Amino acid sequence: MAERSDTPLIEVENLGVRLNTSRGPAQAVRGVSFALKRGETLGLVGESGCGKSVTALSLMGLLPDSAVVTGSIKLDADELVGLADADYCRLRGNRISMIFQEPMTALNPMHTIGNQVAEPLRRHKNYSAAQARKEAIALLDRVGLPDPARRVDAYPHQFSGGQRQRITIAMALACEPDLLIADEPTTALDVTIQGQILDLIADLVEERGMSMILISHDLGVIAENVQRMMVMYGGTVVESGPTGEVFRRMGHPYTQGLFRARPKLGARKGTRLKTISGTVPELADLPSGCTFSDRCPLVIDQCRAALPPMVDVGPGHFARCIRTDVSMAERVGALTA
Amino acid sequence: MSVFVLRRLLTLLATLVGASLIIFLVLDALPGNAAQMLMGADASPDAVRALTIKLGLDQPLAVRYMQWIKGLAVGDLGNSYVYGTAVGSLIAERLVLTIPLAIMAMTITVTLALSAGIYTAANHNKLGDVGVMSLTQVGIALPNFWFAILLVLLFSVRLQWLSAGGFAGWEDGIWPGLKSLLLPAISLAVVQAAILARVTRSAVLEVLREDFVRTARAKGLGKREVLWSHVLRNAMIPVMTVMGLQFANLLAGTIVIENVFYLPGLGRLIFQSIANRDLIVVRNCVMLLAAMVVIVNFVVDVLYAFIDPRIKVHDL
Repeated sequence: MAERSDTPLIEVENLGVRLNTSRGPAQAVRGVSFALKRGETLGLVGESGCGKSVTALSLMGLLPDSAVVTGSIKLDADELVGLADADYCRLRGNRISMIFQEPMTALNPMHTIGNQVAEPLRRHKNYSAAQARKEAIALLDRVGLPDPARRVDAYPHQFSGGQRQRITIAMALACEPDLLIADEPTTALDVTIQGQILDLIADLVEERGMSMILISHDLGVIAENVQRMMVMYGGTVVESGPTGEVFRRMGHPYTQGLFRARPKLGARKGTRLKTISGTVPELADLPSGCTFSDRCPLVIDQCRAALPPMVDVGPGHFARCIRTDVSMAERVGALTA
Repeated sequence: MSVFVLRRLLTLLATLVGASLIIFLVLDALPGNAAQMLMGADASPDAVRALTIKLGLDQPLAVRYMQWIKGLAVGDLGNSYVYGTAVGSLIAERLVLTIPLAIMAMTITVTLALSAGIYTAANHNKLGDVGVMSLTQVGIALPNFWFAILLVLLFSVRLQWLSAGGFAGWEDGIWPGLKSLLLPAISLAVVQAAILARVTRSAVLEVLREDFVRTARAKGLGKREVLWSHVLRNAMIPVMTVMGLQFANLLAGTIVIENVFYLPGLGRLIFQSIANRDLIVVRNCVMLLAAMVVIVNFVVDVLYAFIDPRIKVHDL
């Protein structure tokens, strides 16, 4: 077991994903590398289309058939890239589970929730129908669904959005996975429910010693729920590090822009929300060099020449920017202003 | 019985009453007196009047309508003006052909269409999909009577496996009857199967794009298992709608194929009765067809609720 705790649970190296979109092939993810130990939590943050969901789906092996994955994804030192689907099926829902963004559509409307929660148990643990049903009720109880013994035979449409997300969480946790991937788990929910669901996920991760990858575009969600974070833009990781360090220092102009663009309570009426100028580039035609160069306020010619390397800006904290001297000095100014 | 089924039953009854009114009024409004038609243009006015009274055609509209409905309720449909025999037994003779033919054609349709539709959806945009879909395109374009003639040329004239027409009846056992209905059933099924296969394919493809399919995959189910246990049931609603329409169509609209194969089916009975101005037969046959269409739709509606748990609740 000692040896096991040394090898990371998940080790991703130089992951690249090329998707066939309607506008031609697009490099949706490039050069993403990270490692996650057991019990560690990692946040992926960025705008829609930055590659965070594609990264997650490539860990699950659920990209479309036409997608080309390069690099390496190792689960307990076993390579997952190029794994046959039948072998991947033994991992999915068993050792790696995923919670999706849309609880309203993530459940099959024709099957009872009990059967849907029991499905991974029957499949991966060979539980009998009765055993699986009993376990499903226990799981539904654990995720806080009221009166699970009675409602286990109800259908998804008989539940609210928050309750359905609890059901999908129960489903993802059924086989006690090593890694939980939560892709925007609260984006589609009411604000009042969001906190409850995040607390539930955090409790379960802690209680079961799972690792978690939490994907969100919401910096607040990331700040409160993960130990480490990666900021993604245009398919690349532009900044990574321990959550506290990244928020304290903010090495990359994009991270800073993202931070400034948060709506703030108590702002004077009529104050315009700060935005990052320009739009997210199409993955099919990313700029050469730094992916953020077209929108960056600090851009110089050199930025467009080649993709900048990750620069060490603090303990365990890296930013993919050649102008961190200026960006981080500006950041200090921005704080005092 | 659920409220859903009860409501559908009431709708069914109301539709039947509406249909009977329309059928009765339209046939009554047709120019030409049945008695005159029966006796020929040279008949004396007295004789025509006598026959009119004998047939009850002198009674007021409402009285005749009520007589018809009462007859329908007890199963007495009156006698044919032309043959003089009971309309009920005339129709029954034809139904022993039409209903088995419709069921046979529908069975072939569903077998071909579901396998083709599911196969093509599972192999979306691959060679098999493109090939089978081109075939269905040809199938839709085929006029079924022309295809029927081709079948006769091949299986009856050249190979001499099956007879070119006529109906063997069920007296000598099931097999000769089925054999004589095989070619007609295939000709009816091919075009329908082509349409239903395309409906099935697009319905399955649509469901395959749903989020819950990804959820099922994330639970560790293989593609095939997801297709069978999660996709098909969801895709069945549009497929069953078309299946219901097609079955109703088979019961009513096979006149052309019946003529190609000299089959004494319901379609030909209606056709002949119209030509003979045997309006009492026409009226009852059309009413029967309307009833069959409405009943098929009712059955499809009930099956919806059986398949989709959301329907019962929404309709309460």
